[in-house]
Amino acid sequence: MNLSLRLTVNGEQREITLDDPRVTLLDLLRERLQLTGTKKGCDRGQCGACTMLVNGTRINSCLTLAASHDGADILTIEGVAQGEHLHPVQTAFITHDGFQCGFCTPGQIMSAIGLIAEAQTGDDPERIREAMSGNLCRCGAYVGITEAVLEASRILKDTKAERAA
Amino acid sequence: MNQFDYVRPASVAEAVKAASAPGAAYLAAGTNLLDLMKGGIVQPSRLVDVSRLPGLDRVERLADGSLRIGAMVRNADLAHDPDFARAYPAIAEALLSGASAQLRNAATVGGNLLQRTRCAYFYDTASACNKRAPGTGCDARGGDNRLHAILGWSEGCIATHPSDFCVPLVALDAVVEIEGTSGRREIALDALHRLPGNTPERESVLEPGELIVAVRLPAGARSFAAHARYLKVRERTSYAFAVVSAAAGLVMEGGTIKEARLALGGVAAKPWRARSAEAQLAGSAASEAAFRRAAQAALVDARPSGDNTFKIELAQRLIVRALTVATQGTPDRVPALPASPFSSAIGALHV
Repeated sequence: MNLSLRLTVNGEQREITLDDPRVTLLDLLRERLQLTGTKKGCDRGQCGACTMLVNGTRINSCLTLAASHDGADILTIEGVAQGEHLHPVQTAFITHDGFQCGFCTPGQIMSAIGLIAEAQTGDDPERIREAMSGNLCRCGAYVGITEAVLEASRILKDTKAERAA
Repeated sequence: MNQFDYVRPASVAEAVKAASAPGAAYLAAGTNLLDLMKGGIVQPSRLVDVSRLPGLDRVERLADGSLRIGAMVRNADLAHDPDFARAYPAIAEALLSGASAQLRNAATVGGNLLQRTRCAYFYDTASACNKRAPGTGCDARGGDNRLHAILGWSEGCIATHPSDFCVPLVALDAVVEIEGTSGRREIALDALHRLPGNTPERESVLEPGELIVAVRLPAGARSFAAHARYLKVRERTSYAFAVVSAAAGLVMEGGTIKEARLALGGVAAKPWRARSAEAQLAGSAASEAAFRRAAQAALVDARPSGDNTFKIELAQRLIVRALTVATQGTPDRVPALPASPFSSAIGALHV
């Protein structure tokens, strides 16, 4: 059974033919579109390493079938920088040592971008920690991650305010 | 994961027809189903993807004052809807206390109701489990069962229903709208889930092909908005299922409770409405003594199913605390750590 899908991945239109409905969104991107920036950690929705934005919303791409997302707009870690210019969340993770081994980092960064867009946490570190609890970091860089998300949300808020002014 | 046919119906009628075939299962967000399929715990031969069926993703106020929540509304969208959170704050708090932000962004209302137990023996295909493989026994009985049921369990199954969302819903008399081959019917959420008895594999009263299309809150559910809380004891404060949880809603007149609603989570194979406790609270002064009496009434039939005697006392203490904080009034905003029984104390460290 062949399933055809049309996806926008990091701004680029992709026509995909799936020969197997079992392919998750994560496996489609990693194994078939060679976008291996998104990591496969637990593959069961527990670690958050596979977090990406689907239609602007962060989800675990390991727990969803690619077939369910015909027409979707996907943003992965490969699509957040503008050329050599890093996304403010990426810069903030570097500034605040928000990672050590780096395996969870693409998921952390995508989750943070999603969190900032959701606009529920403000600059409350407690709310940020709670809203980032779906991303595990086994190196334990949580302190730096929280600081990075705090700073990036401030910067993005200021940028938005400047644009509006 | 087993091989399956993937079907994406264009209407509810098409979906019901496609899912009536033996071996078929509905797929919504898949946050529980795909996990179960990856583990080989369930092996549907056909997945009927209802995640994008038109008309099921709306929240609408009906003429009679009730609220109709489409089955495909996402957990996060519902919890962050300001009108919804103001009218039904305990439901918003329960939703935000469950899973992670990523999962709440995907998980649906209908899927939450029908999610499966997180009993580790159900998930471990090498273990005996009457729910997964009827007649094989229950390894949870002699196993690690400190988190298992204390109400409504049977010798054959001591698993609990893991939902947070269902707990305040059942307290507020939610109704489930169901579409099936013979048309539409509706039942109280309290009547949706079955207790295990001798057939723990039959978890709900849904017939093959039946699809939950909406959950409805009656007009009266709003009257508890000023005194409504959901509290949840977990083994860590975020991203964990309940050891025990409690939803409390009160209508207060001065210091007197005019009407009370109370339900428990993590204690049984269904969200557990505590009607006798509600009856005791109605008309009584809001006092710790009254809360303790209500808590005792709620747990009067409880008995341990293993190493979980502590859950009976824990549930009673959580009821007292939930009623206490509900009496104090609903916070303006869902707390930073939703449903934490510890976060309300000023200056206290969260646990």
